[in-house]
Amino acid sequence: MATAFSATLPLHGSSQEIVLASPPDCLLLLLSSDPPVLSPFADSTRSISSISCRCPGNCQGEETHQSLLITKEEGLVLYEDMILGRSFEDMCAQMYYRGKMFGFVHLYNGQEAVSTGFIKLLTKSDSVVSTYRDHVHALSKGVSARAVMSELFGKVTGCCRGQGGSMHMFSKEHNMLGGFAFIGEGIPVATGAAFTSKYKREVLKQDCDDVTVAFFGDGTCNNGQFYECLNMAALYKLPIIFVVENNLWAIGMSHLRSTSDPEIWKKGPAFGMPGVHVDGMDVLKVREVAKEAVTRARRGEGPTLVECETYRFRGHSLADPDELRDAAEKAKYAARDPITALKKYLIENKLANEGELKTIEKKIDDLVEEAVEFADASPQPGRSQLLENVFADPKGFGIGPDGRYRCEDPKFTEGTAQV
Amino acid sequence: MAARIHGGAGAGAATALSTFNPKKLVAPSRTNLPAARSSKRYIVAAAGSDASKKSLRVGHSQKLIANAAVATKADTSATTGTGHELLLFEALQEGLEEEMDRDPHVCVMGEDVGHYGGSYKVTKGLADKFGDLRVLDTPICENAFTGMGIGAAMTGLRPVIEGMNMGFLLLAFNQISNNCGMLHYTSGGQFTIPVVIRGPGGVGRQLGAEHSQRLESYFQSIPGIQMVACSTPYNAKGLMKAAIRSENPVILFEHVLLYNLKEKIPDEEYICNLEEAEMVRPGEHITILTYSRMRYHVMQAAKTLVNKGYDPEVIDIRSLKPFDLYMIGNSVKKTHRVLIVEECMRTGGIGASLTAAINENFHDYLDAPVMCLSSQDVPTPYAGTLEEWTVVQPAQIVTAVEQLCQ
Repeated sequence: MATAFSATLPLHGSSQEIVLASPPDCLLLLLSSDPPVLSPFADSTRSISSISCRCPGNCQGEETHQSLLITKEEGLVLYEDMILGRSFEDMCAQMYYRGKMFGFVHLYNGQEAVSTGFIKLLTKSDSVVSTYRDHVHALSKGVSARAVMSELFGKVTGCCRGQGGSMHMFSKEHNMLGGFAFIGEGIPVATGAAFTSKYKREVLKQDCDDVTVAFFGDGTCNNGQFYECLNMAALYKLPIIFVVENNLWAIGMSHLRSTSDPEIWKKGPAFGMPGVHVDGMDVLKVREVAKEAVTRARRGEGPTLVECETYRFRGHSLADPDELRDAAEKAKYAARDPITALKKYLIENKLANEGELKTIEKKIDDLVEEAVEFADASPQPGRSQLLENVFADPKGFGIGPDGRYRCEDPKFTEGTAQV
Repeated sequence: MAARIHGGAGAGAATALSTFNPKKLVAPSRTNLPAARSSKRYIVAAAGSDASKKSLRVGHSQKLIANAAVATKADTSATTGTGHELLLFEALQEGLEEEMDRDPHVCVMGEDVGHYGGSYKVTKGLADKFGDLRVLDTPICENAFTGMGIGAAMTGLRPVIEGMNMGFLLLAFNQISNNCGMLHYTSGGQFTIPVVIRGPGGVGRQLGAEHSQRLESYFQSIPGIQMVACSTPYNAKGLMKAAIRSENPVILFEHVLLYNLKEKIPDEEYICNLEEAEMVRPGEHITILTYSRMRYHVMQAAKTLVNKGYDPEVIDIRSLKPFDLYMIGNSVKKTHRVLIVEECMRTGGIGASLTAAINENFHDYLDAPVMCLSSQDVPTPYAGTLEEWTVVQPAQIVTAVEQLCQ
């Protein structure tokens, strides 16, 4: 059976499997030699196999073993994280239609497996870079629901003091490096964060094995910045994982209509890094692939490109009428809801019972409600905040006609100075 | 000749004085007659003019006129008498090297900055000294490596990003505008971006349109960045060091034709203030604001002007964003006439912004409209003659001053 780093499945869950040889310098390095397990998803990417068996096609090397991919604790953490993502986004939709948040809001429903699968493996000092669909990445990384909700409401208590909004979630404490509105513009920033990690290790001689995970969509994979960064990351062997959340649609543009070769994972080997395709609706599969990719990066072996086939249950944003997507396609992916699948896995494998899961759901409901209350009660930013943080050093506003730095003008701190 | 008063190009002032006829004076406002070689001045204030607003200048120092045609530096150089002479690109390199020695987080990235030593030799020798990671040779991907520098800055490093030619940074506009300028604000102040983006720009010698661009006009509106332009080895080193130490993103504009300027700079460490302008030549009659290469065209014109009896005050604004309105304002309040000489295009250039700022802040002090000499709004032609006419030349500056000082 070919390894996770080599084979792929064409999109839309066709029954055909295209098996391709792995590029010679992309050796799969498994952390452990745990025997493989059957995944609950039948028509998705093959399950992880052991390193000993690499033959493609009809090798029946899978063992129906009883050992599981996760422990109970891990399972509950994953479940809670995905429920948090889902509930939070559902609440965002409600709040948006009630006029509490504004502008462009892009929800993550359906894609939770990717965020949870990757980010729950990271430490606090690892970095995450995302796009405008960043609420759940921020939450998975550890930014509190209160801070994210307040930011969406535009309040002072938001993670960016209300200055960023839905598309710019930043957290220095949790190393959430944003939140970018233009697609692709976060990828170079992620490459830079990975560069810093390598620099710290090799120039500053610090003990640093921080990795960076960059999330972006299928549309971004036709953008120049993506390719420029694939090249640099592979060239400098940066500790970065490029995660493509291929949900097949860029607003109303189908991935197949915009891309000459829709198999994005293939673009990795073209630059000298492994390219993997994984079922992004299965959090356990994503997690297994993520483990390998993160380990590679931590060991200094360089970047990985992971294409996660996933789907967004809602429109591109809350303003999108979502008329172009086929109902049958939506239904097919709705049946593969990652939360339902994990729940089934946990219960079937006796890792948790209904009651425990319900408790988690209730806990998250309360958390999200509380976040809304907190955001509601928080104050709006005052005038004095207008000119703060434009510059880290406010001397950058220059010297006024009276010879004083403008930032020393009392009107400046009131936010009424002319700058 | 009376014609002198009306700004015609003429002979030396001595001739004018002997045939001066006050009845022929047409200009209604205060006029200082040029008095080049003697220390005396004839001042004529036309009847009906508001004398209270215009101070009369008498007895200008002869010494100032005699030796001030040549550029003098207000930030004085080599005060201790020692100091070392070097070229501008070497001054930039010295500044960069000193900062890299001082702080191991300072690194350089750009095309051919490492093994090649930089296309204008600003980073020569640095890769040998600091290694290939600290002086990073990037592939040709301005947008991505500028963004990489920004990401590195957000996570603790202090990159100096070189655009091989400033024009290439047009490819990095997405990163410079959206990320470099804005992320400190949109992150609510959480992330600082202490990058320095530098490179040679400006009109060179027949380099063609795309290699002769002035990006300061395109970048000036981006909130959150500072822009400075160096023009002498002294301020090049000082501004480089200040830019690297600044917590703000700074774009340092160098000029292709100024890299081989030679000057003696101090041995001891110094920094130039990023927000201040530089007084090049104090004067009384007119304020000439300029920066980068045009400083030298202005100083060349100043020689002619001084010979004709004018006393221009020349300020190198250095800080293109923000403007040093204090030094500029004090000058305007003194001379009441402003001429801006820049290499930017006419439309939307630094001069346009500066004109607006001066009119807004110092309108009451002006005796004449602010005049701005900029490059023509044309893509810089290749042919030598055409290129020369695109850019402001000293003769035009002289004419403009004469016109303003009527």
